Amino acid sequence: MRHTISVFVENKFGVLARIAGLFSARGFNIDSLSVGETTDPTVSRMTILTSGDDQIIEQVIKQLRRLVDVIKVIDLTQSDYVEREMVLIKVDAPSAHRAEILRICDIFRGKIVDVNPKTMTMEVTGDEGKINALIDLLKPIGIKEIARTGKVAMARGKQDKNLAGKGQGGMPLEEVVSEEKT
Amino acid sequence: MKKTGAKIFVETLLEHGVNTIFGYPGGVLLPIYDELYHAPIRHILTRHEQGAIHAADGYARVSGKVGVCMATSGPGATNLVTGLATAFMDSVPVVAFTGQVSTHLLGNDSFQEADIYGISIPITKYNYLVKDTARLKEVMYEAFYLATSGRPGPVLIDLPKDVQTTQIDEPKLPELTLPLKGPHYTPEERKRQLELILSLISKAERPVIYAGGGVIKSEGAEKALRHLAEKAKIPVTTTLMGKGAFPETHPLSLGMLGMHGTRYANYAVAKCDLLIAVGARFDDRVTGEPSTFAREAKIVHLDIDPAEVGKIIQVDAYLIGQAKDLLQELAEGIEPQGLASHEEWLLQIDQWKRDFPLSYPKKEGVISPQYVVEQIYEKTQGEAIITTEVGQNQMWAAQYYKCSRPRSFISSGGLGTMGYGFPAAIGAKIACPDRIVFDIAGDGSFQMNIQELATAVYNKVNVKVAILNNGFLGMVRQWQELFYGRRYSQTRLSGNPDFVKIAEGYGALGLRVETPEEVPLAIERAIAEDRPVVIDFHVDPEENVYPMVPPGGAINDMLDRKEK
Repeated sequence: MRHTISVFVENKFGVLARIAGLFSARGFNIDSLSVGETTDPTVSRMTILTSGDDQIIEQVIKQLRRLVDVIKVIDLTQSDYVEREMVLIKVDAPSAHRAEILRICDIFRGKIVDVNPKTMTMEVTGDEGKINALIDLLKPIGIKEIARTGKVAMARGKQDKNLAGKGQGGMPLEEVVSEEKT
Repeated sequence: MKKTGAKIFVETLLEHGVNTIFGYPGGVLLPIYDELYHAPIRHILTRHEQGAIHAADGYARVSGKVGVCMATSGPGATNLVTGLATAFMDSVPVVAFTGQVSTHLLGNDSFQEADIYGISIPITKYNYLVKDTARLKEVMYEAFYLATSGRPGPVLIDLPKDVQTTQIDEPKLPELTLPLKGPHYTPEERKRQLELILSLISKAERPVIYAGGGVIKSEGAEKALRHLAEKAKIPVTTTLMGKGAFPETHPLSLGMLGMHGTRYANYAVAKCDLLIAVGARFDDRVTGEPSTFAREAKIVHLDIDPAEVGKIIQVDAYLIGQAKDLLQELAEGIEPQGLASHEEWLLQIDQWKRDFPLSYPKKEGVISPQYVVEQIYEKTQGEAIITTEVGQNQMWAAQYYKCSRPRSFISSGGLGTMGYGFPAAIGAKIACPDRIVFDIAGDGSFQMNIQELATAVYNKVNVKVAILNNGFLGMVRQWQELFYGRRYSQTRLSGNPDFVKIAEGYGALGLRVETPEEVPLAIERAIAEDRPVVIDFHVDPEENVYPMVPPGGAINDMLDRKEK
């Protein structure tokens, strides 16, 4: 099963190598990965999509937590969460197709961010299903290039408990429910 | 007053009580070596960087303190790689310093540049590339803390030359702000697990404790283990790394389990109804095929590393923490009168011990390697520190040298590094000069770091090397004999040197032993000698390590010597 995992890490050089190395060394999959700063510039948030059975996911989470630079790991799949991806798509746009491209873009609440006599480039965000549906619709028209960001995700509702692990002892204990053995 | 990075480096080592470093200098380490020239730190110059890190590792394992080693950039640093991986697999607190080209040359493929930071990420607990002298002291404090805290492990610090020479104002003592990751459960969950474990213990009729290296590393855990085992009358088996966690002469001891463990230990694990693993990680050399391991048992896991719980085998209950604290908690929690009776179980185990003792053939005029180990055990009254190389020598040492206290059996268990034992013996002897230190070696392994004879002789490190010389890479040959139709592909060590002459060439004492009668005399002589000794025991060339669990098998399904 696929899991979306948020990993809060120290914003230092080498951290990405440590995380990527952990996945490759232990044979875990990374389906998608994105990284960005949080409100605290010393902390980055990674969103990692990975797949595997329960035991593998449990190991992924535990091994991530072992890393010195990892502050907190949350398996969002355990809760209600929002997941989004942004895509830039450049399509062939001869004048005969322009109206249709604009209509599709509109339906998907996208934006045209570049136009020239031959192509149009649109920007769309959404969950994976929406992006894939869009790509399917545009394929017959002629896609020239795609750039996808990888997913970012966040739990719904109240803010993630402040990065409580940082600097003083332990990850928030509430997070551990998923760790328990059956 | 301004200070150079090199000066801060030496001062910070002294602040951590470091009085011994194992190292090998080089161009980019010149500023530090110049500072060490007058420092009250004993620097042991090894003859290869691998020797330096294994010596630091051996030093750490017997003393419980951090082992410190140092190597120059490029090839010096890459020569540490095997040693880092060895220490990492066995959770040994080592801090390794490497020189690095100056920061303005980094990434230019400069002379003797290697990205040791990148190379060592997967084989260290943590590592650093220090680019600013102002950070040096803080990084060193973190490194020593990380190496020893929680589950210990090696930490590497890469030090560019200009970081060593730059002068800065006296740095303040750093405040450590590292996250201390706690166990991943709530207090309520912890209480529930503890109660579950106590109830499992009280109901068990056939319990076994399976103790690993975590018991050795947790100061005082061996006492807590003994208390628990005696109070609840639970037999104890140890892993290779756990040797010494429980006295192997104790009636409740089952000796070592696993691929070359005792039959009675493996039978006990196969038949037990409760297995309490403490400070152990269900290594494949212990479990054989995991689905067959302890399949009649409820499994309890006590470990400091939450990631070890459920990694190989699903467990029924677990606790996270120092082995000593957890064992004490269990010992206090149980009530002997509330336990199910183990009488029948202990009788069964005694029967297995009588029926299947460790044994080896005694052939006229031929030295059995096991006999050599037994004699070393006798002549040192079981009180020596034993280091081993890897292969048959390691397993015979584990089977026939009974350990009664922690930090006395030093072996590369996880990585299985040939060439580890001799430099580790040097480090061990430096840490514990009052104890006899024997490296039980093979003729193959010893040659992997034989150059350290110079280190031992020059520094008067009085270690003894017992080579079980069978002219083969014995363990690989054993597998070829059993599983590859006796095709001894590349395992015959033709061209072995005359080890006696080699020892003499370095200024050590060399002894050659070719008959069983000479064995005890040679060992006595070696112990009496106040300098390094190499004893070349010419042993039965095709003796095998038995019993043996074939790879991928169940551990109670063991091969043994065919009666001839």
